Amino acid sequence: MDKFYPLHEITDLKKTGGHKSFCYHCVMISFLARIFHTGSSRGAMNPDTDNEGDGLRRRLYVSYCPRSNSKLTQYPSGVRKPQQNQYEIGGLPHRFKMSLLFLIFFISSAIGAPVRETGSQPFSVEQRLSYLEAMLHNEDPSLTGIVSVAAPWHTAWMMVAALLVLFMVLPGLALFYGGLVRQKNVLSILATCLGIAGLVIILWWAFGYSLVFGHNFHSSFLGGSEYFFLQGVNSLPNTSYAYWIPQNIFCIYELAFAIITPALIFGASAERMKFSAVLFYSFLWMFCIYFPLAHMVWGSNGLLNGLLNPEAWIPALDFAGGTVVHMSSGWSALVLCIILGKRLGHGKEPMMPHSLVLTVVGTGILWIGWYGFNAGSALGVDSIAMNAFMTTTLAAGAGCLTWPTIEFLFRGKLSVLGFCSGAVAGLVAVTPACGFINSAGAIWSGFIAAIVTYFACTTFKKIFHYDDALDSFGIHGVGGTIGALLTGVFATSTVNAHLISPITINNGLEHALKNQTIWLIQAKALGMCLLYVVIVSLVIAAIVNGIIGLRANQEAEAQGLDISDHGEEGYTLNG
Amino acid sequence: MKKIEAIIKPFKIEEVKDALNEIGIEGMTVSEVKGFGRQKGHTEIYRGSEYTVDFLPKMKIEIVLADDAVEGAIEAIMKSAKTGKIGDGKIFVFHVENAIRIRTSETGEKAV
Repeated sequence: MDKFYPLHEITDLKKTGGHKSFCYHCVMISFLARIFHTGSSRGAMNPDTDNEGDGLRRRLYVSYCPRSNSKLTQYPSGVRKPQQNQYEIGGLPHRFKMSLLFLIFFISSAIGAPVRETGSQPFSVEQRLSYLEAMLHNEDPSLTGIVSVAAPWHTAWMMVAALLVLFMVLPGLALFYGGLVRQKNVLSILATCLGIAGLVIILWWAFGYSLVFGHNFHSSFLGGSEYFFLQGVNSLPNTSYAYWIPQNIFCIYELAFAIITPALIFGASAERMKFSAVLFYSFLWMFCIYFPLAHMVWGSNGLLNGLLNPEAWIPALDFAGGTVVHMSSGWSALVLCIILGKRLGHGKEPMMPHSLVLTVVGTGILWIGWYGFNAGSALGVDSIAMNAFMTTTLAAGAGCLTWPTIEFLFRGKLSVLGFCSGAVAGLVAVTPACGFINSAGAIWSGFIAAIVTYFACTTFKKIFHYDDALDSFGIHGVGGTIGALLTGVFATSTVNAHLISPITINNGLEHALKNQTIWLIQAKALGMCLLYVVIVSLVIAAIVNGIIGLRANQEAEAQGLDISDHGEEGYTLNG
Repeated sequence: MKKIEAIIKPFKIEEVKDALNEIGIEGMTVSEVKGFGRQKGHTEIYRGSEYTVDFLPKMKIEIVLADDAVEGAIEAIMKSAKTGKIGDGKIFVFHVENAIRIRTSETGEKAV
């Protein structure tokens, strides 16, 4: 075998200050070739003893060392000058493919996730290329036999998406709800969002993630115990859910959902629920409702997971959490506000939003954050994520315009709160659907959701006399339910190819797609979720009420929860 | 010494202040107040919840001045605060027993 030296010397003495030095391009390339070929980033770089990487290393070397083509370069003696064209690979230009390899392996080794091989034999170039194509398209690489790693761009997007979803709670939802309450209760809302964030992070670390995304209970209702305290949750992907994003980022991304969900509930109970009861209720709610429901809907062997579970009892669709997040919180909110009763002076005293300006700021943050929520739920940068990005925007726009238009028809004025409510209603409705529907479906979803939630927040509320203070039920409960149903109506395999797979053929989803009866499956799933959520949240509310009491006493409520629960005021005169 | 208390529309406050300055009155106390008289309130609707807002925002001006300056001040306020529409406000005049300037201990009209 010809000897091949990966390092050529730069002998331009003017440039190197009179000393010989090695070309850093070649050092880098041979390093990458080494990782690529032998599956290790360490080991000898000695060209005398290591021959197996020669071919590839030479290709990379010849193609990419700009200095090796310059006249300043000398080859060490004994090096065979390689022929460039003998390494052409069919299809894409050689240079393109090699630059792809270069880029991917450079970055993936830089983020600490070396490529690992399962077999002892090195992989062929074809295998490696299909592996990279799987990485590019966010697909399963297991056929290539190479184990997947954290792909840099998928990971980067998921980190941003996780931040966006966290940003939805703090300060998005905090401001949205904070502006809608009276001045004396603004801090109680902010404290609810902050308190829940802290509580849920700890629960998620200890048990939550494992109960939702673990496996070892082998149950379609609850995950497992293998990830308790996030043991073993590291930068390698959990390939049951995503091939190309590290499990720790996946875990934090899903954590952000777990934070926003209970926070949504307490819009309905605003201005009258004790803070200690808020935290206690959230604690029980996470264990009894969120963790099981999230596993049922998103867990790979979940009861309602039509996309991942070939044995799903009800093969339903929920892209970003219409059932898990919005329906569950919305219906629990309804139960809670009925049990709590109306606010003191409800219907007699004015209870106007103290600052719609804050609400508008909150709406804007929620809207932006929702891209992380919806497009991020593709768990990578692929065509489904891009479609979700588009449909999210369209539904929000349709809702934003529809709600105030109805107001105009009934009242003659377009209200700012109407624009905010409509946009959020559209976003809620498109949440379960965004990865399955096309642009027309998105517009219809936003439009229909805004109409239905408008009447839920105005007419229903008046007829049934419950005090859903900030319309958590009206917007999230009703909007989420409508959205989940509409997902079944508008879902199409032209947008999401995963709708047709061996899994969906096995569990009947594919059959329903052909017969356009997914909405029936969705309705069954909705009914089940609704029943579960309503019953369990009734029980939880009764437990909390029995042990510490749900409602603040009259004096505290009249004074405002800011002072009575937190000893602070949102706005002071002598600041 | 008299005290004038005038309740006027909020957007008229600058005009009234300028008019009073022109006739040599250079001190006053103003406050943002709410209330209603014959002018009706309005309704506000938040997601279907309707609230009647009776108390409308107004500005209250308080001035204490020598007896002979009262007529001029009232005239100036009337002229500058009037729009001719309902809700222009009212002027009340009170008798003031004494006034004391804290810094110098002056009393009576000298203190005003």
